Amino acid sequence: MFRKITQPLGAVVLVSLLALPVKAEDQPLRFPVEIPGPQPGQLVHTPPTMEDLEASNLHPELKRTIRRGYDLFMNTQQLRGENVFNDMNCKSCHMGEGRLPFAAPVWRAAVVLPNFRPKNQHVNNLEERIAGCFSFSMNGTPPEYGSDNMVALAAYHRWLARGVPIYQLGNYYGRGYPIDEPEEEPSYTRGEALYEENCAICHASDGSGLRVDGQAHFPAVWGDLSYNWGAGIIRRFTLAGFIRNNMPLGQPYSMSVQESWDIAEYINSHERPQDPRYTGDVGETRERYYETFHRHGYYGTEQQGQLLGDHDNVGEKDFLRPWNLRPRTYE
Amino acid sequence: MQSLLMKIMISSFLLVGWSLPAWALDGDAQRGEAAAAVCSACHQADGSGQNIPDGESWPRLAGMNADYLYKQVKDFQAGTRVNASMQPFAQMLTDQQLRDVAVYYSQLPVTPAAGGETASEEDLAWGEKLATRGDWERYIVPCSSCHGPGNQGAGQHFPGIAGQHAGYLAQQLRAWQNGDRDNDPQHLMAAIAERMNERDIQAVSAWLAQQPAN
Repeated sequence: MFRKITQPLGAVVLVSLLALPVKAEDQPLRFPVEIPGPQPGQLVHTPPTMEDLEASNLHPELKRTIRRGYDLFMNTQQLRGENVFNDMNCKSCHMGEGRLPFAAPVWRAAVVLPNFRPKNQHVNNLEERIAGCFSFSMNGTPPEYGSDNMVALAAYHRWLARGVPIYQLGNYYGRGYPIDEPEEEPSYTRGEALYEENCAICHASDGSGLRVDGQAHFPAVWGDLSYNWGAGIIRRFTLAGFIRNNMPLGQPYSMSVQESWDIAEYINSHERPQDPRYTGDVGETRERYYETFHRHGYYGTEQQGQLLGDHDNVGEKDFLRPWNLRPRTYE
Repeated sequence: MQSLLMKIMISSFLLVGWSLPAWALDGDAQRGEAAAAVCSACHQADGSGQNIPDGESWPRLAGMNADYLYKQVKDFQAGTRVNASMQPFAQMLTDQQLRDVAVYYSQLPVTPAAGGETASEEDLAWGEKLATRGDWERYIVPCSSCHGPGNQGAGQHFPGIAGQHAGYLAQQLRAWQNGDRDNDPQHLMAAIAERMNERDIQAVSAWLAQQPAN
């Protein structure tokens, strides 16, 4: 389903993906979810579901491939030790099966790529964009371009974009994790207290998350089993926006803008595996990727008396740089 | 100023604390078995509880997380969790007995769950979807996103719900909906429960009851 908003809508309009219930007795909800509505001019898309897939007349082999992609997206840990070397799944950041607005819904990548990407300074297609997540957020190495798993993941993204005109490089409703600037300078100390109160029950006071019978359950938010120093979410605005729009689970927008920035400040002031683009010198690496990336994070800066990222720790994997991190020059 | 006795007590506490794994509740299963006599009228000697259609169901305690069980009875004692049947019994146990009983039940083998036998295939399929995939259109996150792989529990705060009696699960979801139960950390459960309707509750309870608890 796809439509372009031409009329101004209220601030809290719920489009069909977000139509929330009122209790049978019409009592107001104690924990309402008030997802911001679309702005005039925004392109609104409600991605199809897996039930829609089953009901569709797509070729059975295509359905099988998309199902495989969905399964990998929801349980990326099945690639643990092969492509994934931390406790993350695709769904950890792209919540609601990659469909939810303001949880970085993934279908957009299928309709705006190939496009130039500042992070790596060349044109990326959908597979290379997915590969980026494996290299940084999963602290791993991607499935080969064109491999069964990569085709399946790309097919799931493409399926979610069903009906969206391609190459409308416009203003998509629900993109990313938007957040306003904080009123005050974010505070590590306030962030620590807020983290203990609101986050530690799942993500643990030491940031290591929770494993159940040796399997990842609640993701680690710092440390060896978390995203590495090259992941987009080490940027303060990205993590603050993720928190504001999505956390605690089931209670989005319950943390204020300021609180979200404070918690992000605290989490992203902790150590994590090395940036795969590491040159061997943290200062040089910060400098090289400063404008396009590291100026938004604490990598290569001193926090709480410690120079962050000044180490050779790559986490669980036994390599630094996966094969896909390479320039594309056409020369 | 600390007395010598206090210093000794603190040191012993630290020593004991040091020697135990962080998650272990300090309790003794053998002592717990004796103290659990007061529980068995409802929860049964084997900790199986009982599913009572159209009545009040009693949860299975066998194989549940000890810290979770302990916290719940502490909440009954403190009045932060309220249930008329449970109230008098909760007051009968000392703190140590409570720890012992919790450890005892946590170590008993899981017993089968009942309830939801009359649920239709369609309802069971809906229950499975809610339990494993959720209904994000209504911001009902999957049960398993907190309650762990297979909904078999995750740590001390998120109890196993697979293989629990359907009657008990449905009762609790309704209790959260109407505010009778309000002792969940950060209202993580209350926020979800109040978005559910009666069909959701019956479907998910029926499906979960039929799943393996471990």
